[in-house]
Amino acid sequence: MISADAGAARSAVAAPPAAAASPARGGSGIRFEDVSVAYGGVVVLEALNLEVRPGEIVALIGPSGSGKTTALRAVAGFVRPLRGRITIGTRDVTNVAPHARNIGMVVQNYALFPHMRAEENVAFGLRARGASADIIRERVPECLRLVGMASYAKRYPRELSGGQQQRVAIARALAIRPQVLLLDEPLSALDAQIRRTMVDEIAKLHRDLPSLTVLYVTHDQTEALTLANHIGIMRDGKLIAFGDAQSLYRNPPNRFSAEFLGRANLLPVKALAATGAGMARVRFGDCEWTARNHHGLADGGDCLLCVRPHDLRMQPDATSANVVTATVSSVQWQGDMQSVELDAAGHVLRLTCAPMQEPPVPGALLTLHFSSAQATLVPEAVSSG
Amino acid sequence: MAELALAATPPAERRSGELWIAPPLLILAALFFFPLCLILRQALVGDGHAVSLAHFAEVFGSRLFHDALFHTIVIALCATAGCLVLGFVFSVLIAFTPFPGSRLLARLIDTFIALPTFLVALAFTFIYGSAGMLNESLMQLMHVDLPPVDFLYSQWGVILSEITVYTPFVMRPLLAAFSLIDPAQIEVASSLGARSMRIVHRIILPAALPALIAGGSLCLLLTVNEFGIVLFIGAKDVITLPLLIYDTAIQQFDYTTACVIAVVNVALSLCLYSLYRFVIAYFGRRRAGLV
Repeated sequence: MISADAGAARSAVAAPPAAAASPARGGSGIRFEDVSVAYGGVVVLEALNLEVRPGEIVALIGPSGSGKTTALRAVAGFVRPLRGRITIGTRDVTNVAPHARNIGMVVQNYALFPHMRAEENVAFGLRARGASADIIRERVPECLRLVGMASYAKRYPRELSGGQQQRVAIARALAIRPQVLLLDEPLSALDAQIRRTMVDEIAKLHRDLPSLTVLYVTHDQTEALTLANHIGIMRDGKLIAFGDAQSLYRNPPNRFSAEFLGRANLLPVKALAATGAGMARVRFGDCEWTARNHHGLADGGDCLLCVRPHDLRMQPDATSANVVTATVSSVQWQGDMQSVELDAAGHVLRLTCAPMQEPPVPGALLTLHFSSAQATLVPEAVSSG
Repeated sequence: MAELALAATPPAERRSGELWIAPPLLILAALFFFPLCLILRQALVGDGHAVSLAHFAEVFGSRLFHDALFHTIVIALCATAGCLVLGFVFSVLIAFTPFPGSRLLARLIDTFIALPTFLVALAFTFIYGSAGMLNESLMQLMHVDLPPVDFLYSQWGVILSEITVYTPFVMRPLLAAFSLIDPAQIEVASSLGARSMRIVHRIILPAALPALIAGGSLCLLLTVNEFGIVLFIGAKDVITLPLLIYDTAIQQFDYTTACVIAVVNVALSLCLYSLYRFVIAYFGRRRAGLV
């Protein structure tokens, strides 16, 4: 039986030569509308509302069991939502079989077919969709070239390194010209150095294919911050924060987001008064500081002040209006940076800076400075973003 | 490391260590090689004193031997093919379409390995025999006097019984091989547009091929030597090599001819066993990336 969906997939494969210039078709976003997923009666994804706009990279990050992979699997069709609707472009795919969704998928362990050469792996999807031999001959080298694997076409997966296998997996996903590309922790199995290279390569790939919509699931904040236009932070099956990468990093909407997306110093403060221009005065013990009040926290309320470790300075500069005194607890040299842990009125503070010739010793009292613009107020309780 | 350890062992200790191999060798020789040698001697010498191939020539020229060899090979090949098809389908269903009780079903099928082979033949007589459940029901339903289903006491009855008994021998390695297939491969194949049949054909079957061939070779080996089922079913005009050996030795007391047929049977089995070992070794090296 050939369904209408399969027909659509086939026509996508047999795109005219003009469209064949780019391995990605553009114009399809992903929309989750109140999507809930349960495994054996346990809800693992709860009422997810999220939109990935066409041509955009959205990263879903969160700890293990937060529901990020389940969300991706729901788009792929490997789990059926308990409630809600998923659309790709204008098409409701909630109940469409995975093979008819026209998606490309790359998974953590590459999942290359071990008995097929790299080129046969890339051609697999095209053959499955009944593409002609001419299209396969044209598309396979094109996709392998795109990921820099043209000279490895005849190799079996076992003859390729992890990074090379992942490139072939990406080429395989792109060969079918998917409406969306789903990346499920694609770099987790690679070592740190190759991972950094691959992040750059995925970024370059998206620059080459700007119309490609990507849903990227990772637990690595660096990958998310480097690649994503928007980031969704997930916890316990819920999306607790969503926004563009920079604003989410600068103005985390809750404690979890602040701590999960980058390292954060979170100090309990009392918001004293708004001072205009999105700023507020706050009190921490005897200290009074000014900080950004992006979330419009009420006067007199308890909240958290978020200052990133690299925004704390040991020397004042023109912008460092806020000052705090803290005692050094420990100092760690980490190669390209120095990390200092301090105690400020019973609260832990972390400072990172370039390696120092003479780092402070534990027990030393330091005066730290930070700019009002680099400090932001975060609501105390976790909100449902 | 092992060489280093051996080099570090004093010669006296090494000699006493080597002596440990003697008892099992002696037992093996007494229980296995010696009786086999006696069979070979009887086949070559017979009741005379000189070695001669005359008995072999006589047996090879016999029509009964030709029939037995033909039936042995046909039954073994058909039963093995049936086991492979049935075993593959069952294993795919159990491994890739999880349903409640799939594990229990796999274990249940596994228990067939522990049962004596003739038991299935006995059970089949109750179902498909002339007075079995199926025929009785059909006779009542169709108002006929003769059993309409009459295949059990033929070559096909033997083949069906052997398929039932030996399918688990194919399923066992297959299920083990399937457990090694990364489920992500199947999901990715599906996301690329492949339907179930293509996934089975292009992803699952190639991954299972070594297990399929190993299980099939084992099945072939066992079905070539199957005796209990053939004897129990007592199919008309169906005689196999093991049954011919039994018939010649026990009923006709012609031990020399029985030994000649036994030597042929052993040679056939050893060839199949060599094939089995070769397949295992080949795919083992291939998996290790050496071939």
